[in-house]
Amino acid sequence: MRSAFALIAGLLFGLGLVFGGMTQPAVVLGFLDVAGAWNPQLLFVMAGAVATTAIGYRLLLRRKRPLLEKTFHIPPTRQVDMRLIGGAAVFGIGWGLVGYCPGPALASLAGLSPSTLLFVAAMALGWWLGARLPASRS
Amino acid sequence: MNHFYIPALGGTLIGLAAILLMATLGRIAGISGIAGRLVEGCARGDRAWRVAFILGLILAPLLVQAIGGNSGIGTPDSSSLQLALAGLCVGIGTRISGGCTSGHGVCGVARLSVRSIVATLVFMACGIATVFAIRHLGWGG
Repeated sequence: MRSAFALIAGLLFGLGLVFGGMTQPAVVLGFLDVAGAWNPQLLFVMAGAVATTAIGYRLLLRRKRPLLEKTFHIPPTRQVDMRLIGGAAVFGIGWGLVGYCPGPALASLAGLSPSTLLFVAAMALGWWLGARLPASRS
Repeated sequence: MNHFYIPALGGTLIGLAAILLMATLGRIAGISGIAGRLVEGCARGDRAWRVAFILGLILAPLLVQAIGGNSGIGTPDSSSLQLALAGLCVGIGTRISGGCTSGHGVCGVARLSVRSIVATLVFMACGIATVFAIRHLGWGG
């Protein structure tokens, strides 16, 4: 049951990425290229996603618990530290280098392109390494 | 100029996916978290839903194609070295900062998490700076 809902959520998410153009690195890089031929498309995707999620979360999180679990799993950390800023900076550099962030890269695996496979393999290695860096279990 | 209602519709679908995952499993729809925990190892009972979610992600472009649309998948115009380096940066960076475009950028910003808003501003700025360096300063080109 949990997996069925997760599958539907993943499917909806993937459809959103496809319609949003996020599975095209050229569109993403066009958004990040503010000094060139700027493509604002990603802004519309983000705005649609954030607005919808904000309304839904507001209604949902009034409840005591989700449908299939005992509690909501909301990250408890509130601290803005160097790990947050440094990690986000390293992520941003990688994002700008190729135009893939994790969701679109995984969804693009469907295309079986060697470029996507290489990126995803390196990203998975990065997750594995990142989890083994000192003090990462905070 | 493209029609921007389709990207906005795409964003809305992403939002609906985030709402569904929170309503049922009580989880943030953050891709780096969902997939990253699988790679680094998580409890057995915590695995299936993560695999199912990723399977859904991969099935989405195929479904669009199956009903006669364009899968929407583009190929990165990058060298193998750039792809490997970028993948590593995205993996390590999202693991250390605890989220990516979805976890911080969509779900975190939507619940007005200060951490997520800061992370989103930082990765956007660094993404913009990287593209600027490559396209307009000729770095690594």
